Amino acid sequence: MSFLTLDHISHHYFSKKSYTKALENISFSVKDGEFVALLGPSGCGKSTLLSIIAGIIDHTAGNIYINKQPLHKSKLDIGYMLQQDYLFPWKNIIDNVLLGPKIRREDSIEAKKRAADLLNQVGLPGITESYPDSLSGGMRQRAALVRTLMTDPKILLLDEPFSALDYQTKLKLEDLVWDMLQKYQKTSVLVTHDIGEAIAMSDRLILMDANPGSIAKTFEVPLELRNEKPFLARRHPKYQLLFDKVWAELDKNEIHDLQPKVVEPSNDT
Amino acid sequence: MIHETDDQLHANYKQNLKREKQFVFSWQIVILISFFGIWELASRMYWVDPLIFSSPSEVGTVIISKFSDGSMLMHTQVTLFETVLGFLIGTFLGIMMATALWSSERFSNIMDPYLVIMNAMPKVALGPIIIVAMGPGYFSIITMGAIIAVVITTLVVYSAFREVDSNYVKVLKSFKATRSQIFKEAIFPAAIPAMISTLKVNVGLSWVGVVVGEFLVSNEGLGYLIVYGFQVFDFSLVMSSLILIAIFAALMYKVVERIEVFLMKRVG
Repeated sequence: MSFLTLDHISHHYFSKKSYTKALENISFSVKDGEFVALLGPSGCGKSTLLSIIAGIIDHTAGNIYINKQPLHKSKLDIGYMLQQDYLFPWKNIIDNVLLGPKIRREDSIEAKKRAADLLNQVGLPGITESYPDSLSGGMRQRAALVRTLMTDPKILLLDEPFSALDYQTKLKLEDLVWDMLQKYQKTSVLVTHDIGEAIAMSDRLILMDANPGSIAKTFEVPLELRNEKPFLARRHPKYQLLFDKVWAELDKNEIHDLQPKVVEPSNDT
Repeated sequence: MIHETDDQLHANYKQNLKREKQFVFSWQIVILISFFGIWELASRMYWVDPLIFSSPSEVGTVIISKFSDGSMLMHTQVTLFETVLGFLIGTFLGIMMATALWSSERFSNIMDPYLVIMNAMPKVALGPIIIVAMGPGYFSIITMGAIIAVVITTLVVYSAFREVDSNYVKVLKSFKATRSQIFKEAIFPAAIPAMISTLKVNVGLSWVGVVVGEFLVSNEGLGYLIVYGFQVFDFSLVMSSLILIAIFAALMYKVVERIEVFLMKRVG
């Protein structure tokens, strides 16, 4: 059953003099509980695509369906994790984590219980009163994960959530996020430029091409890798095999990715 | 070579810091004393006309006598009251206007040229009109103190609102927050440091507004004393008022600075 469907999505960035086509004819669907990674060079519009799915920016053409409903009509919650934690520095951890329920005006006692439980699960017990700036990068990103999970979103959008962390922390967090997503059976879309991360975490890889952003190729991740935690998946022999295949494909596309295409409308139109 | 321990090194560092501080402070005192000393001397020796430039001893006598009969206290209180109120109202209205501008991009675009004009306009030039409109009295003077601070506050705070990292807004939008929720949870708290730093600017501006207002209309306050002293050729009174204004403006600035440090610590 497909949970999220993108049907010929295009997006343009307009300015007075010209426009840039950021995305062109993107179509794919994500099954319930599936983990899809969007992989591509910087500037291929993958983050834009994620913002479109999150409903934060409006696409200029095409249709998106979540749970068979058009995106703008859907009342379903979407969890969004960004490159950095963006915890609000003026709020302590518990207030940061309770932001979603607060916006939705939900029962605070129950939410508090849930927050404490989730913070425990990600290994952050007893820091509810601390402020973000007293925490390490990894701890902050874990708190941000809890904030995202608090509203029990049916779909999770991860926009390079590990890119600002050091390598060790990143590997640990990959495992943690993967664990939590498995446990709560979340449908997820991960955006990354890190081939290894995409292979280790996802069930399917969608390779994107730049200028304009479009789908170049799709790779299924072998079952053996899907069922392993990211850290162990990285050591699996099949991991390297897939890595090389994706690498070769990216290499092939590199040449025409160099120049961004800015379209100047001709005068006679 | 003798090796010093870590504690000794730290003690040396502290010693140097203290010495530097003492040096700076003693020079500040030297400048203060020589300013008043040379002023007194120049006046006594008739290098300058004592009738116009008065002298520190004369100014001291005036201040003491006027304070002991209570009149100076009254004038000082009036001016302080007007300045503080003008400052608070100006700051508050400025923040309100910035909020209104933020709430609608279109409204802000429409208002843009008018804000430019209001900002460029020398606000004290509006003095006579304000006085005619609001009548002579505290009201007009407080308005002068407020109006001079309000436009710049609006512009500074509005630009602070716009500079808030859009990723905070993204987080809130992913929870489907409304525009007013976005303002309350992200925009306003993130702009608090900018708002606090406008306070320091506004203090100075409110003094300008109030003193000019008192020049124009009042029969009370330090600004009035300056004009009155000028009219009756009592320059000791003018100088006394000037010195009191300098002292209180500096004190108020310091108080606001303290508040700023305190608030900044709290909002981090």
